[in-house]
Amino acid sequence: MLAHAIIFYFFAFVTITSSIMVISTKNTVHAVFLLILDFVSVSCLFIMLGAEFLGMITLIVYVGAVAVLFLFVVMMINIDFAELKSGSLDYMPFGLLVGLVILVELGMMAVSWKYKPDFVVKNPMTTTTASNTESIGLLIYTDYFFFFQLAGFILLVAMIGAIVLTFRRKNSLRRQDITKQVSREREDAVELIKVISSKGVKIND
Amino acid sequence: MISEYLYIIFFDSLKILALIVPVLIAVALIVWVDRRVWGLVQLRKGPNVVGPFGLLQTAADALKYIFKEIIIPAGSNKIIFILAPVVTMSLALLAWAVIPFGDNLYVTNINVGILYIFAVSSLGVYGIIMAGWASNSKYPFLGALRSAAQMVSYEVSIGLIIVTVLLCVGSLNLVDIVLAQKNIWFAIPLFPMFVIFFISALAETNRPPFDLPEAEAELVSGYQTEYSGMMYALFWLGEYANILLMCALGSILFLGGWLPLLDIAPLNLIPSPLWLIFKILLLFIVFALIKAIVPRYRYDQLMRLGWKVFLPVSLFWVVLTASFLFYFNLLPNQS
Repeated sequence: MLAHAIIFYFFAFVTITSSIMVISTKNTVHAVFLLILDFVSVSCLFIMLGAEFLGMITLIVYVGAVAVLFLFVVMMINIDFAELKSGSLDYMPFGLLVGLVILVELGMMAVSWKYKPDFVVKNPMTTTTASNTESIGLLIYTDYFFFFQLAGFILLVAMIGAIVLTFRRKNSLRRQDITKQVSREREDAVELIKVISSKGVKIND
Repeated sequence: MISEYLYIIFFDSLKILALIVPVLIAVALIVWVDRRVWGLVQLRKGPNVVGPFGLLQTAADALKYIFKEIIIPAGSNKIIFILAPVVTMSLALLAWAVIPFGDNLYVTNINVGILYIFAVSSLGVYGIIMAGWASNSKYPFLGALRSAAQMVSYEVSIGLIIVTVLLCVGSLNLVDIVLAQKNIWFAIPLFPMFVIFFISALAETNRPPFDLPEAEAELVSGYQTEYSGMMYALFWLGEYANILLMCALGSILFLGGWLPLLDIAPLNLIPSPLWLIFKILLLFIVFALIKAIVPRYRYDQLMRLGWKVFLPVSLFWVVLTASFLFYFNLLPNQS
């Protein structure tokens, strides 16, 4: 139990320190790396709680995909260190406001949240000895099926929206059409023309 | 109490060493195999001077790298620059913890083994991105951008392929995945998935024909440009450890892991780790042959292949496999 506690406090410390450093560091790329450290230690905490499926999914989705895309965008920003040193206190009131709103929302959730009356009794997470992955599957594909599907639809709409907003069809763009290239025969490309002296030829293309 | 912890730590360290040392030796040998196959395809001899058949060539190279000076560019971001090869190498070794070499022959056997391997191999991209950004130079940066996009795209199809296999197994545990192939290896019913997995593994490990992140002809070896000495060697070892890992994953998912070809007398007497090693080696030789034979893809062709061919095909196979198993009542773990 002692080792467990030591490891838990280690990861908890890393999580909190790195998330504070994400917002306090000046260099945006460093901020993303610290965010990755934060995600990794959060997933370690999940694993320590026995939620190994959630821990691995956090690693795969957030660290393996989302943070890579963050890094991808942030890396291309030209970091202007003179501007960075000018101080970020200008945004302090707004940041505090956002933080306050989230805190109030969390507080409201914590106070008013109620489980379904038979949640703990019927919940496969607490009743079966099945592995964590199976119990999550049993839960989200039965009781919470509609919420799960709804979340999927929201993501789908967001994805389509992002594509529609950024997609522009350019007619001037010449794309490679591999079947067209491969199926091109000699007859389509080469034509032998008898050139009459002092008249030349008219090439129609 | 304390002595108990010490005992556990000592015993676990021994287990880890017993895995990592053979993996590192295997990496050294596999580099030699790679160069040898490459040479034979091109009608050269390849490394054949140092040691018997040139087997010690990698050791000689490693010594050379160790004694070279490490140069850190003045404009680089030093911490991340040094961290990048360390991350690459340690992540490449980390995933080996869950690879089973036999019924009871593994360092750990966790319930979500396949997800663990997938997660660790998806972290591998950070070594390259960190190297590319921290070098503060154009070629490494372009290499890092290419590699980030490439690895994220091919991970999607690898994920769907793993889902197809898991549908047939009903468990995320690697030992269960191997034991589910007792009757038939998944390479036979899921053959198209096996091919797509193999090609995606080539892209995931930046092997030719998908070695665009280091494309020496255009990017002067990409993200590794500014690295020298031991730090370069770490990238190089990490890359080969990753390739071996992908071969191991391929043999566990599709070629029946440590299971013998047929469960009859002369074949099932060979110890199980040897079967897995044999399968890994077989896949690796195909990797090496492809490196020698296939020319490099252009970047847009690479992306087209990933998103417009592999993603729809593997998604279709997931749906097909699921419907097939459901219709014929073959789904595992039905309660």
